[in-house]
Amino acid sequence: MLKDVFRKPTKYVTIKSVPAIQPRLPLEADPSEQKSAERKELPDNLWVKCPGCGEVHFTKNLEEYAQVCVKCSYHFRMNARQRVDLLLDAGSFQEWNADLVSVDPLEFPGYKEKIAQERQKTKMTEGVLTGLGSIEQMPVACLVSENAFFMGSMGSAIGEKIARAIERAIAMGIPVLSITSSGGARMQEGILSLYQMAKTSAALERLSEAGLLYLSVLTNPTYGGVTASYAMLGDVIIAEPGALIGFTGPNIIKQTIGKELPLGAQTAEFNQAHGFVDLIVDRTQLRHMLEKLLRYHRREA
Amino acid sequence: MLLFDFEKPLFELEKKIAELKKFSAEKGIDLGNEVRTLELRADELKGKIYDHLEPWQCAQVARHPERPNFFDYVPYLFEDFIELRGDRHYADDRSIAAGIAVFQGTPVTVVAQVKGKDTKENLQRNFGMPHPEGYRKALRLMEQAEKFRRPILTFIDTPGAACDLSAEERGQGEAIARCLIAMARFTVPVISTIIGEGGSGGALALAAGDLLLMLEHSYFSVIAPESCANILWKDVSRAREASTALKYMSKDLYQLKIVDRIIKEPIGGAHRNHRQSAESIGQALAEELQRLQAQDPQSLRDQRYQKIRAIGVFSEGTVNATETVSPT
Repeated sequence: MLKDVFRKPTKYVTIKSVPAIQPRLPLEADPSEQKSAERKELPDNLWVKCPGCGEVHFTKNLEEYAQVCVKCSYHFRMNARQRVDLLLDAGSFQEWNADLVSVDPLEFPGYKEKIAQERQKTKMTEGVLTGLGSIEQMPVACLVSENAFFMGSMGSAIGEKIARAIERAIAMGIPVLSITSSGGARMQEGILSLYQMAKTSAALERLSEAGLLYLSVLTNPTYGGVTASYAMLGDVIIAEPGALIGFTGPNIIKQTIGKELPLGAQTAEFNQAHGFVDLIVDRTQLRHMLEKLLRYHRREA
Repeated sequence: MLLFDFEKPLFELEKKIAELKKFSAEKGIDLGNEVRTLELRADELKGKIYDHLEPWQCAQVARHPERPNFFDYVPYLFEDFIELRGDRHYADDRSIAAGIAVFQGTPVTVVAQVKGKDTKENLQRNFGMPHPEGYRKALRLMEQAEKFRRPILTFIDTPGAACDLSAEERGQGEAIARCLIAMARFTVPVISTIIGEGGSGGALALAAGDLLLMLEHSYFSVIAPESCANILWKDVSRAREASTALKYMSKDLYQLKIVDRIIKEPIGGAHRNHRQSAESIGQALAEELQRLQAQDPQSLRDQRYQKIRAIGVFSEGTVNATETVSPT
C-alpha cells in the first residue's frame, strides 16, 4: 500500500556528535559532551558525526585514522592513553608516579568530591600521564595531559609529576616530550597550583642546561598556566591543526573587551602566524615528525 | 580618603578629631590632650579592624586607590632610580617600570608593576596589567642584572596580566613562561615583594625568586575572587565566599611556605602612611639582601630551585594505581 511508504520507522539510528573546535566554546563546560554521555546506548557509539564537515564516521574507522576526519582532517579529542598508543612504540610505555595524587590542601568547597568524580569518569589517577616510552627505539620521557580529568588543570600533583619526570629524564640523559591539553592552573589548590608553573619551568631550565631536547606538542585546548609555563618552553613547539591555544580563555577575553573574538583567534594557525608555534602537524604525521626530530638530536653514545 | 564599610566606626571618630582640631585652631583653645586621647582611640580601633580583616576586606585594602604604588616608595627606598624603557622588540609597556636603582649604596636592578593614580595614568599603565612587552622588558633587564652581577628587586602590584586580543597576538603565555624559566637560571639574588595586588600568572612572572616578601594586607591569588565566584557558581556577587576559599592573605601564604616574610603595615594600612610603609619594606629588603649576598652564587641558584621545587601538597602511595588504570 502507498500508506506503508510513509509509515514511521520503528527505530532511528542516532549519531553522536562531537563538539566542534570553536573559539567561542566555553572551555570549562562542554554541554554537548555531557549530553551524549548520558544516553550511552549502543548505536551512539557506532557512528560519530564530524563537527568539521558533517561526515558520518564509523567509530572503528576513526580510531584507525588517529581520530582524524579523513574528509576534512578535523582532529577529534583524544585521551592520554590513546595518545601514548598512537605515538610511542607498542608496549614501550612505562608509567611513572601513577600513585601520586591530589589532596585538598585548602579544604576548598567541593574539591574532594570533584577529584573522586574525575577519577571514576576517566579511570586516571590525575590529569597527566608521565612515563618512559620510545619512538623507533629512541627513549623519551613523556608528559601527556588528560583533558577529561578536570580539564587537565594543573595542581600540585600534576606539577610534581611533571617535575619528577623532567628530573628523571635529566638523570637518564634522554629528551622530554610533552603533549598538553589543559585549562590552566587548578583554582581549587589556590596559590599552590600557580607555583607549579614556576616549578615545571625551573625543571625545564635544568633540562635545557643539560643540553637535552624538549619537544612540546600543543593540542586542543591549551590555556592559562600551562601555556604560560612548560607548554611554551619547547625547543620545538608543535601544534595540531585547529587546536585552540592561548593564555586567557575566549570567554574571559570576551567579557573583558566586550565583544566576540575574531574568527580563528587563538587557533594553532593564529599562533603560528604570530610566531609562537614552529610546526603545525597533522596528527597522522605526528609520530613521523617526532621521530625525525628525536633522531636529529640524538647524542653519540 | 576612601573609607570602607568595615571602617565605619572609625569614620565618626576621625570626624570628631577633625572638628576638635578646627575648633581649637579657630578659638585658640588648647585641646591637645583631648585630641591625643581621641587619636589614640582611633589608632586602637584601626589596629583592631586591620588585625582582623576578612579575606574579602583584605582584597579591598590591597586595591585601595590611595595605597602606595611603586613610585610612591621610590623616593624613600632608593637614592637614585634611572628608569630604562622598552623591550627592544615591540614597545615600552608602562604597566611595568624597570631600571637601575641605588639601594642603601648598592646598585640594584628594579622591576615593578605599576598601577596608575587616576584614570589618565591608569589608561597609560593599563591598570597595572602588563602586556607581553612588559614581561619582555622585565626579562631584558633581569638578564642585564645577571650580566652585571646586580641583585634584582621586583615589586608586584597587578590585578593580572593583560587579557585582551593583543596580549594573545604577542604571546602572553610565552612571555610569562620565559620570565619563569629565566628566574631559575640567575645567580644573583632575586627578592620579590608584593606591595598590593598579586593577580595570578601575571604576578607570578615576577615572583619566582629566592625570597617572597609580602606587605601584610596585600593578596596573592591564583585567580581574582570575582572570577573564581563566576566560574564556580556563575555568580560574581559571591566573591566574598570565594575569597575565603582561595586562602590568599599574607598569613595563609606564610603558612603554605609561599611567602618568606610578612612586612607589617602602618596601623590602618599602608595607604595611611606611605613613609612608614616604605621604611618597613626598606628594612626587610636590607636584611634579606645582605643575607643573600653573603651566599655563593651557585648555591643561591640551587637553593632557589629547591625552594620552588618543594612547593605543592600531594599524597603518594595511598591509591592503588593499577585499580584505576584501564587496559588500552
